[in-house]
Amino acid sequence: MGKLNVNLCGIPLDNPVIPASGTFGYGYEFAEWYDINRLGTFSFKGTTREPRFGNPTPRIAECESGMLNAVGLQNPGVRAVIEEELPRLQACFHKPVMANISGFSVEEYREVAQALSECEQVGWLEVNISCPNVHGGGMAFGTSPKAAGEVVRAVRAVTKKPLIVKLSPNVTSIQDMAKACEAEGADAISLINTLLGMRIDLKRKAPVLANTMGGFSGPAVFPVALRMVWQVYDAVKVPVIGMGGVSTAEDVVEMMLAGATAVEVGAANLVNPYASLEIIEHLPEVMERCGIESLEDIIGGAHRT
Amino acid sequence: MQEKVFEITANQEIAKDVWEIRLTGDTSGMEKPGQFVNISLPGFFLRRPISVCCVEGQELTLIYKTVGKGTACLSTLRTGKLDVLTGLGNGYNLERAGDAPLLIGGGVGVPPLYELARQLKKRGLPVQVILGFNSISDVFYEEQFRALGCDVTVTTADGSYGVKGFVTDALAGKQYSYYYTCGPMPMLKAVRKQCAGDGEFSLEERMGCGFGACMGCSCKTTEGNKRVCREGPVFRKEEILWEN
Repeated sequence: MGKLNVNLCGIPLDNPVIPASGTFGYGYEFAEWYDINRLGTFSFKGTTREPRFGNPTPRIAECESGMLNAVGLQNPGVRAVIEEELPRLQACFHKPVMANISGFSVEEYREVAQALSECEQVGWLEVNISCPNVHGGGMAFGTSPKAAGEVVRAVRAVTKKPLIVKLSPNVTSIQDMAKACEAEGADAISLINTLLGMRIDLKRKAPVLANTMGGFSGPAVFPVALRMVWQVYDAVKVPVIGMGGVSTAEDVVEMMLAGATAVEVGAANLVNPYASLEIIEHLPEVMERCGIESLEDIIGGAHRT
Repeated sequence: MQEKVFEITANQEIAKDVWEIRLTGDTSGMEKPGQFVNISLPGFFLRRPISVCCVEGQELTLIYKTVGKGTACLSTLRTGKLDVLTGLGNGYNLERAGDAPLLIGGGVGVPPLYELARQLKKRGLPVQVILGFNSISDVFYEEQFRALGCDVTVTTADGSYGVKGFVTDALAGKQYSYYYTCGPMPMLKAVRKQCAGDGEFSLEERMGCGFGACMGCSCKTTEGNKRVCREGPVFRKEEILWEN
């Protein structure tokens, strides 16, 4: 059987499959479906300093081969995550977890990063500067290289843990964003967050989402995500984590050939609770079919042909 | 919560745009009345959450209204297999029923009350039911509730059948220990205002996953944020923030 393990910023992963933030809660509820230790790791729900309800409902809409969400960073706040969610996770997950953090100011990012950085369970910090569903924060930092750089610098100053920056696809140059983050000390770049989209309800002749717009994800966005992973792999030296519409083991291999060291799975988890596990189980067969002995060997492989 | 494959055995229209589908498969994940299932449909990305009307052995009966492309697609299926997530949500709490429970359903809020009525009758309780519809062509399951031995009152908004008016117009003279309700929000609000005593309400919300992962269907409650799919869909009267 081929080798699935990879190394993400100095931390070994048994396999490159990582459920993406916002599709896996704080993990322990998926332990009711399967042993989540089978995963490489997972990125937990985007966490802010204060508890948030998020946007008004409806905040989900279906699309062709995908979905819109305008959840808006609902989370119990960093204190409750540390005191309640992480202890619950500890009972069923024994690997380092990826802590996804968000904020509405550079100071908030810094505070949340510092608090989570002190948690032993946390392996990596994934700084979300790309949430399309909140005003005055999130994506505002993710659409300007200068603002993104400021967030990364502030977080870098308070953590020695691997610092991953999650980028928005809703930008003119994804390469410039990635370079700005790398220059300020990011250890890895993850992408893509959702694409800003909307739907209109023909009966009401009004937007389906109460928030009007939301983030588009699902298999439909995979080619866009793959293209951006390809571009960022060329633009920076740090590892890239690919995500966006990944639903199959074949998608994982494609992402890795485009330059991803690891691959996050998002919307697929929401329609099939076993999606990430099934991808992991199917990987050896796809690798054998493609003549791949070790996934680590194929990272960025398509750039070399 | 389980993911199981079910076989379609029947699928028929029982009222205007209202369909009853029968499935057979492993129903062991279904624990309480008021829970729902989430069905994967060919060609649609998200599953369709549908409340459970009846669980009897291997047979699962669901009732749904064709309101969009997904449910329209479901209504075309007569045979074949469906991938179903079962046992979702919390369900009604039968322990609170007391000695004379009242069940109040509106439109496609009626189905989960049928399984609830079955369970309450199994406990030997007298069950009163008020079923509200817009018009005579929308009425369904009156006979099925009667066959269980329930005391059934049907209301129609246009007066074309049963008591003219809303479910709350049929409350006069009813003595009950506790109430259970499911239906559109305006009906739930009216029930809350006009029903004396305590009760449980099943809420509806647009869902992403249906099993608690995406936070798409959250609502604010007196006890903090809850997910309609996970901590709900059934909420106690005092949990719900009624001004919203």
